[in-house]
Amino acid sequence: MTSLDVALRGVRDGGRKALVPYFVAGLSDDWPDHVRAAVHAGADAVEIGIPFSDPMMDGVVIQEAADIALRRGTTLLSILDELSALDVGVPLVAMTYYNLFHHLGLERSAGALRAAGISGTIVPDLPIEELGPWQSACNDQDVACVLMVAPSTPLDRVERVNALSQGFVYASARMAVTGAASDGGHAADVVQRVRLSGDKPVYVGIGITTPQQAETAAGFADGVIVGTALVQRLLNGEGAAGVESFVGDLRRAIDAA
Amino acid sequence: MNDPDALGHFGSFGGRFVPEALMPACLELEEAFRDAWADLTFLDEYHGLLREFGGRPTPVTYCDRLSQNLGIELYLKREDLAHTGSHKINNVIGQALLTKRMGKSRIIAETGAGQHGVASATAAAKLGLECTVYMGELDTQRQALNVFRMELLGATVRPVTSGSKTLKDAVNEAMREWVTCVDTTHYCLGSVMGPHPFPWMVREFQSILGREAASQLDERGVGTPDMVVACVGGGSNAAGLFAGFANSTARLIGVEAAGGSAIGIGSPGVLHGMRSMLIQSDVGQIEEAHSISAGLDYPGIGPEHAFLADIARAEYYSASDDEVLDALQLLSRLEGIIPALETAHALAWVFREAGKLIPSGSTVLVNLSGRGDKDVAQVLEILRSQS
Repeated sequence: MTSLDVALRGVRDGGRKALVPYFVAGLSDDWPDHVRAAVHAGADAVEIGIPFSDPMMDGVVIQEAADIALRRGTTLLSILDELSALDVGVPLVAMTYYNLFHHLGLERSAGALRAAGISGTIVPDLPIEELGPWQSACNDQDVACVLMVAPSTPLDRVERVNALSQGFVYASARMAVTGAASDGGHAADVVQRVRLSGDKPVYVGIGITTPQQAETAAGFADGVIVGTALVQRLLNGEGAAGVESFVGDLRRAIDAA
Repeated sequence: MNDPDALGHFGSFGGRFVPEALMPACLELEEAFRDAWADLTFLDEYHGLLREFGGRPTPVTYCDRLSQNLGIELYLKREDLAHTGSHKINNVIGQALLTKRMGKSRIIAETGAGQHGVASATAAAKLGLECTVYMGELDTQRQALNVFRMELLGATVRPVTSGSKTLKDAVNEAMREWVTCVDTTHYCLGSVMGPHPFPWMVREFQSILGREAASQLDERGVGTPDMVVACVGGGSNAAGLFAGFANSTARLIGVEAAGGSAIGIGSPGVLHGMRSMLIQSDVGQIEEAHSISAGLDYPGIGPEHAFLADIARAEYYSASDDEVLDALQLLSRLEGIIPALETAHALAWVFREAGKLIPSGSTVLVNLSGRGDKDVAQVLEILRSQS
């Protein structure tokens, strides 16, 4: 078991629903303050989005934020540098596309993630068929590979994803990229299908934008991931105070579930 | 050429690097294609449509004036004479038939210059499918007439405003859209790129042009050419041509745009569902390609080409924008054929290298992958600005 598995099972076994906000690293000078604010407001882990030129799984809001970050000169290594100085006391999970790790080298990337205090990765364009080399490099460094299950994933694949996923299983609520207009989606079905073949924590993401939706999802999942709604607030000019207030609202909603 | 392994790898290239949400659709497509490609009824329908509707077989033309000028024997495979004016029809007819076979009612497609978009809209109209084409906003302006052609054919064109607003971003947007509608919609990818089975499937659909050319040269007593040459963006016309000659002694030559030369200046990477050669920055961000031809404005190349280069079965070179403009004019004046700017890359390389990398007296077959009508306004503008 990786450290991330231990930490997140601990959250669940403590009777707490996990709240995982997502940030685009490098969006502004003070982006590490946003992470701190989120943790202060009750985040149990933070997803650190590392901007890539061609984010195939992201909608317009995160695309725009990634473009801004890239224009500011943000790179994988510059982000990891900044993270080394950030000790927030909750697990950090990096989300990005495979090419950045592939380009730097798998062993080197995993080592750099570990050195920066990252304990897990989400790489949406790396399905189980191609996962092997990356997972092996990560696991040598005690970095977990979090895998996604989609509403379209058939049961036999859910089982394989479930077996390989570490830390938690990321249940995608919708057949959509991040930030799509949201209704309830298929989250409950997806979570139920994941639970058939394992006991890992299951978190819901893709399409959770309001405290009400977070509360509903927390009713059947072990955690919720909120990205676009938060990034949109930052693009609108809100800062750490706005993050703290919104994440606080999400926290209270989830705790009420 | 060999088939990829069970997971779609050509050597260390290819594979399937897509979100889990798209994996079932890729697996479904692979199964449907394997099944169809072994089904005589499907093959009859495919070949029947290409004959009756697509204008196949296209001829091979001997270039007597240019041959004399260059000191080689130059033949052209005339895909410009296929319906919609390029080889793209071979692929879209196949994929549109597959779409119906999978019980889907709609296709989406990406396009750069508009050739694949027009071909997709054409196949959709013929077979009664809905069609939406994603095209970079910049390209919709450069190729406004092709946008209108697609609309005339009943397709919807969606300008893509993200990223560099060109082909690469049109692919991103089509993939994002596909996630939301895989149940009803097939992604009709236009080249030998993307996740497995696309690179293999599109090559198989395009192999008709290479096999045709090989038997046409045989029939007229020319036999195996010393070289076969095609332009390469994603590389579908080259893959189709090479498929007819891979098991022969012919040298296989691909010609990229100098500003989009993924083999020449790229490095291995992962984009659009495949591991291949990509033009990228020193930190792994994908860079924009630059070419006079929108169809070659792509920072990657099909994974099988990366593999063929790796094992040295095929050779890849590049041609500059200026050489391409000269080549387009030379073929027009001496042979009465106006080639597409994409195609002119292959010709430019042959004109440059005749008597050098191409030994005098060689027999050379060039795939005339598309006609230049779509490009004449752009060429006029450039030539006027130069004079």
